[in-house]
Amino acid sequence: MRRRVTIDPITRLEGHGKIDIFLDEQGQVERAYFQVPELRGFEKFAEGRPAEEMPQITSRICGVCPTAHHMASTKALDALYQVTPPPAARKIRELVYSTFMTEDHALHFYFLGGPDFVVGPTAPAAERNVLGVIARVGLEVGQRVIAMRRRLRELIALVGGKAVHPVLGLPGGVARRLTPQDQARFQEVAGEAVEFARFTLKLFQDVVLKNSDYVALIRDDAFTHRTYYMGLVDNRNRVNFYDGRIRVTSPEGRELTTFAAADYLDYVAEHVEPWSYVKFCYLKPVGWKGFVDGPDSGIYCVAPLARLNAADGMATPLAQEAYEEFYATLGGKPVHHTLANHWARVIELLYAAERMRELANDPEIIDPVVRTLPTATPRAGVGVVEAPRGTLFHHYETDERGVIQRANLIVATQNNAARIAMSVEKAAKGVLSGRELSEGLLNMVEMAFRAYDPCHACATHSLPGSMPLVLRLRDRQGNVLGLLRRDHDGRVHRT
Amino acid sequence: MADAPQTGKPKVAFYWCASCGGCEEAVVDLAEAILEVVGAVDIAFWPVALDFKRRDVEAMEDGSLAASFINGAVRTTEQAEMAQLLRQKSKLVIAFGACAHLGGIPGLANLWDRESIFRRVYLESPSTDNPDGVLPQVRYEDDGRPLTLPGFFDTVRTLDQVVPVDYYLPGCPPTPNIILQAVRALLRGELPARGSVLAPDQALCEECPRKDSKPERLGLVEFKRPHQVLVDEGTCLLAQGLLCLGPATRAGCGALCVKGNMPCSGCFGPTSRVRDYGGKALSALASIVASNAGEEIVRIFQQIPDPTGTLYRYSLPASLLRRRREVRAA
Ligand code: SF4
Ligand code: SF4
Repeated sequence: MRRRVTIDPITRLEGHGKIDIFLDEQGQVERAYFQVPELRGFEKFAEGRPAEEMPQITSRICGVCPTAHHMASTKALDALYQVTPPPAARKIRELVYSTFMTEDHALHFYFLGGPDFVVGPTAPAAERNVLGVIARVGLEVGQRVIAMRRRLRELIALVGGKAVHPVLGLPGGVARRLTPQDQARFQEVAGEAVEFARFTLKLFQDVVLKNSDYVALIRDDAFTHRTYYMGLVDNRNRVNFYDGRIRVTSPEGRELTTFAAADYLDYVAEHVEPWSYVKFCYLKPVGWKGFVDGPDSGIYCVAPLARLNAADGMATPLAQEAYEEFYATLGGKPVHHTLANHWARVIELLYAAERMRELANDPEIIDPVVRTLPTATPRAGVGVVEAPRGTLFHHYETDERGVIQRANLIVATQNNAARIAMSVEKAAKGVLSGRELSEGLLNMVEMAFRAYDPCHACATHSLPGSMPLVLRLRDRQGNVLGLLRRDHDGRVHRT
Repeated sequence: MADAPQTGKPKVAFYWCASCGGCEEAVVDLAEAILEVVGAVDIAFWPVALDFKRRDVEAMEDGSLAASFINGAVRTTEQAEMAQLLRQKSKLVIAFGACAHLGGIPGLANLWDRESIFRRVYLESPSTDNPDGVLPQVRYEDDGRPLTLPGFFDTVRTLDQVVPVDYYLPGCPPTPNIILQAVRALLRGELPARGSVLAPDQALCEECPRKDSKPERLGLVEFKRPHQVLVDEGTCLLAQGLLCLGPATRAGCGALCVKGNMPCSGCFGPTSRVRDYGGKALSALASIVASNAGEEIVRIFQQIPDPTGTLYRYSLPASLLRRRREVRAA
């Protein structure tokens, strides 16, 4: 008798996610589906809106990473109006962006991904949360994380008006200059941010890398996929969050291609499945071959691990050191282990903080000239940035007044959707097949998507609680055979 | 919820419908003050963080939640069902943020219907490769394996178009400041009359740092778009010809966008004296245009390229313009 296991709901980017797992007579996992039960349709209702409003409108795609949408959109407007921002404006944008990346990555580490490692994947679920992290590393660290985040958010609001949904970006520049007092404030907080990032890396090394069980888990085949990797790189092929060309490397670690944002349609395509509202991206030159990995399948991966794999190094000294250690420890490039995303994220945290400090110390950043007024007739523009969760494309076409006629958006999680779906299936096969279901196994399936999908950031800020789950066992007729649930306090009940 | 601690503290729930997560971020932006909130209430349901199982909410006694804070517009069948369930279990339902309050930015989708949204997203988008015209299905059998998705309504609705709402917290998102004030008022039992919006009942201009530079009579002869001009950081934006919606918008945010040197786009919605936000905004604009000649007035207003999307940026589903159409699920 075929059985069905439903994990519903899990949280993800906007609202809910759901996993349906089907097991055969022998209890082997036959197929698992990662479903996204929501759509809002921004591509359609952007039509008719003035292009300059898009940075504000599209930031409502995600209130957790609004700054990423805001920035990709603003860059699409530069391209649309064929206008280059003055140097200070470009630097202010990247400064705000680095501040945002620092804040977002730190939160993921401490509140979301961290509990699995700092507290332990098999620790009682009641402790496997931010309170457990604090218990493990000390209340002082918990307070430091809250205070650090508040200070970084205050800086985003200082320049962008609002921390959630900033209003900074305009085609050809930014709405507001940086005063010398603002700069001093950024310098102060950036210094603290670098120290904070170093401390976090040290914590990761002490807690995770010195524990051979964790290292073995990272290397486990159930959490490994050989796919292509994508990320923005600068002119020396180093990781860049704000600007550059998009580089794609193969599962063997060779460069497949490097392309400009404007050419994305030659490289990226989306596949539709009837069982999910999210579309699945793949590399157009390789093609869609289904949910399989390897060099013949166009499935690729974005976000921290992918960015490191797609690049040749980091542009700041401390992050570069950490980058080298990463590959030396995990056996060279590329690293295919999904859970290594957590480590890669901490390396990027260090880079973001170092980059923030560099920009805050740049004398040009307080130059009052922060706008180039557009004069060209707008037509079409593509903008790209690296969101915390991966490559993000905004593409607009307008009439001659700059009113949107067509919009196309490919968000980070969409780029990753196919690999996430595969990861959930492989983890389910690896950990559930033929076994008695337990809370620990549930968490292992959860870990497979958590490594990519830190848009649980809201969840991660909450104080008590782990992520509750329900597993329902059904026979093929849909009758419930049993129920396994893990509560907010981490207790597991079986009925 | 069966396992909620029996502390005697009021139980509250947080839930999100069609929203971006910004409202949840705003709660987290309470930063150190979140400890005050967590200390004073039991959060009995918060899908993103705590026990989010629907069956646990179903098992609660009716009215056992002191308050449910619900953010997001209602876009899918699942969201409508959860709103109804939480209404049944709660003494108070608070529409949290612009989407629940007025429809918000996802409400701009009401300029189209489900079919055209699906067509654009799954069939026409230039990166989509879908030769067989596959669309997401509410029910689908994949090789004998049954899979389901929630239905997608034709029309986006505000929370109070789906369930009765007691209070509204405005803003996209509400600011930590007004969230904290609302929670304190709730805890002290000092809430105003039901149906109130929990924010100051005056126009944003009253709390704007540029208020003193706003002339008595504006006399505009032209509207400018923010990318077309260098914006002076000290002067009233409307006086500079930028479409600042401060005069039509409720105060409470502290003029955040204006502090970022950009016009207010109206996310706090109208004050209590206004029935229709966009209508009020339009009449405010009409009164400041310095012309009596029909043709010239038309020319001036043509400088606003998207009146509907601009004046109803956050409030289309709540407006008098909203489609009067049977709501049906996919
Ligand atoms: S119109 Fe805008 S800038 Fe002018 S006073 Fe009102 S809120 Fe401030
Ligand atoms: S200035 Fe206007 S749009 Fe900006 S946050 Fe305040 S009410 Fe909302």
